[in-house]
Amino acid sequence: MLAYIIRRVFQSALVLLIVGLVAFAMFRFVGDPVDNMLGQERTQADVERLRQQLGLDQPFPVQYWRFLEQAVQGNFGLSYRQGRPVSDILIERLPATLELAFVSGLFALAFGIGLGVFTAIRRKGFAANAIMTLSLIGVSLPTFLIGILLIYVFSVELGWLPSFGRGEVTRIGGWTTGFLTESGIKALILPAFTLGLYQMTLIMRLVRTEMLEVLRQDYIRFARARGLRERAINFRHALKNTLVPVITITGLQLGSIIAFAIITETVFQWPGVGLLFINAIQFVDIPVMAAYLMMISVMFVGINLIVDLLYFAIDPRLRVDRSAGKAT
Amino acid sequence: MKRTTGLLAAALLASTAIGASAETLRWARAGDSLTLDPHAQNEGPTHTLAHQMYEPLIIRDQTGAFEPALATSWAPKEGDPNVWVFNLREGVTYHDGADFTAEDVVFSINRAKSEDSDMKELLTSIVEVRAVDDYTVEMVTDGPNPILPSNLTNLFMMDKGWAEANDTVKVQDVEGGEQTFATANVNGTGPFRLVSREPDVRTVLEQNENYWGMDQFPMDVTRIEYTPIQNAATRVAALLSGEVDFIQDVPVQDLGRVADTEGLVVKTAPQNRVIFFGLNMGADDIANDDVEGENPLADVRVRKAMNMAINREAIKQVVMRGQSQPAGMIAPPFVNGWSAEMDQAETDVEAAKALMEEAGYSDGFSIQLDCPNDRYINDEAICQAVVGMLGQIGVTVNLDAKPKAQHFPLITNGETDFYMLGWGVPTYDSEYIFNFLVHTRTDERGSWNGTGFSNPEVDEMIQSLASETDLEVRNDTIQSIWEVVQAETIYLPVHHQVLNWGMKEGVGIEVDPEDSPKIKYISMN
Repeated sequence: MLAYIIRRVFQSALVLLIVGLVAFAMFRFVGDPVDNMLGQERTQADVERLRQQLGLDQPFPVQYWRFLEQAVQGNFGLSYRQGRPVSDILIERLPATLELAFVSGLFALAFGIGLGVFTAIRRKGFAANAIMTLSLIGVSLPTFLIGILLIYVFSVELGWLPSFGRGEVTRIGGWTTGFLTESGIKALILPAFTLGLYQMTLIMRLVRTEMLEVLRQDYIRFARARGLRERAINFRHALKNTLVPVITITGLQLGSIIAFAIITETVFQWPGVGLLFINAIQFVDIPVMAAYLMMISVMFVGINLIVDLLYFAIDPRLRVDRSAGKAT
Repeated sequence: MKRTTGLLAAALLASTAIGASAETLRWARAGDSLTLDPHAQNEGPTHTLAHQMYEPLIIRDQTGAFEPALATSWAPKEGDPNVWVFNLREGVTYHDGADFTAEDVVFSINRAKSEDSDMKELLTSIVEVRAVDDYTVEMVTDGPNPILPSNLTNLFMMDKGWAEANDTVKVQDVEGGEQTFATANVNGTGPFRLVSREPDVRTVLEQNENYWGMDQFPMDVTRIEYTPIQNAATRVAALLSGEVDFIQDVPVQDLGRVADTEGLVVKTAPQNRVIFFGLNMGADDIANDDVEGENPLADVRVRKAMNMAINREAIKQVVMRGQSQPAGMIAPPFVNGWSAEMDQAETDVEAAKALMEEAGYSDGFSIQLDCPNDRYINDEAICQAVVGMLGQIGVTVNLDAKPKAQHFPLITNGETDFYMLGWGVPTYDSEYIFNFLVHTRTDERGSWNGTGFSNPEVDEMIQSLASETDLEVRNDTIQSIWEVVQAETIYLPVHHQVLNWGMKEGVGIEVDPEDSPKIKYISMN
């Protein structure tokens, strides 16, 4: 068990290092930050001086090594664009993204499971078919288009919800939250729906398929034969068995919700890390890009690691295989 | 908690400002200011925000003309053309109550000249700044500099005492390790004071009741809420839904929509920016074409033919939806040296074909065009249109459009033979254009001249502009340089960009050619 954990942690660290290396190799193709940092009146001497100061004249493995040296000490450098410590900026921006991801995840889960069960039980009904058709639109329309459509309907035409920003936020310690004010909650609705729509349709379709599968099983038939009420069969017996894969997928999708937030945040001017990243790319703000990419990969690798370890804890077969030396 | 304090503050404001109406202006544009340090970045949105809180000695009003700000008058010193004398406005105080005096000017200019400042290139001619008395400053230049005042209109005055007390004498340096106090705090003399700021999210300013110009300018706006909204569609939606009162950068495809909405207006004016193409005419052979051993662009007939093949009126109508002003020279119309006569360009495909034949390229050639796709209005679409137009005279253009961060290094590193560039002229004088775009590329000058054009006579004329005090002689020289530039067809001008501002009816402001609204001029009714 311990050896397995150590091996997985070691592999994760290796993945992180490689992600960082690839990222640094790519930065040179994003553009030249010096061009943005100095005005159009700059002289060649300024350019050389700044390039040297920033270490941009070094080959990328050296730049990467310097970044790692500093990052290990918790120093991610200063943003080229804002001139402030990257760690400060990330900490300032993270609450917005995490709150958005949390709400849209919750929305996706609640509606995904609810509609999934509904469409499975009433799979021949008109409403269920309509929902299935509409969900196709949800999967196939690009996020930014959905965002713009929602803004057009709910902000411009109806005037119910704000089209941009986070509304009034309350500061609690180092965290800012939009949950405590009316404008903050209103501002959350459209971006959370936009961001969660894809995940919702995914979960819904997954639940529906699983549910249909489970409903065909013998034990459901026996339950029916025993004269249990429909509701008890559907929710106590069928749904419970459906949820195992759903939980796995949801865990893994949590990472992509945060990563997908980039587009949603740009459309709604949501002041989170995704918008920060887009701005960083346009300005070639290498410290911010590097820190963001590392943060996202730590998150993905971390979630995967936890999922793996959970499997190990849950599934006895894995343990048997390992101890018997039958690695596959 | 936040709301109640907000209400309290509003109540307080209302009680103190009885008589004057409290007007909040909610203002959005695409980008945010990069820093509050007034000398750290020489960049549009950064200066625009700084203009609300800090002030220069001389400001440009909404027409681009000089207007006294912290200096009431200025002139070269009698008997010494190397010295400019500035008389300062008396009785001006900073937001913290400190008096504005000559030593602040000396301090600010020296700060802006320091190594980490982005403003230093505009001040290279200044050798010394000295305070004669509390309200007189002399600037000594390394030779007569007739256009020095033009370089000071975005040069903001900081309080020496405040900077020293807060350890922010040095300009913010990105690599310096720490951010400075002035990056996030402001103490200016301007019409508005900083209330709060979250970079990229929201900046709130409040009227400075002690502003010296309270009676001189409308000063109707008492509070500014400035929000960057990057996505163009969202920005327009925010205006349409009434969440903001005033936006810059209205996309051309949405102009009609905004103008047709009741209660909203669009104001349009030519911008201080001209869009053009550069041609690598200086190289013996170029890499990005299919002609071996020679450079077709070195032949002036080819350059003229390409210039004539571009149908600027078609670009205006189709690509820009009427929102551009076709250009025949690479100077915006406000600039000293611009003339309506030179700003004409004719389209004549037949004559262009004849010129190509005369130059020995009747079969044409192919070349790569480098174009940005996120810098100018419809930049990539303009390039696409030009690809088709040049095709008519046999020039096969391969378009390579990239984000600006990748495009501009191609020009400054000399890695492109045919490129798009836009140029604004902050000094409103042709010298600025010549220095960067026409002069031979050296360490000091010609940094944006990617054409390889090099003419020692022209270089000499350009250098003479810096110290020529006789304005008539100087203007004649400018004229002669333009004649060479036009005759040689170094650049292919496309058009002058047009600015579009969208606002609620009642927001009284005229479009500023530098895209830099000064809120003190706004009247609200």
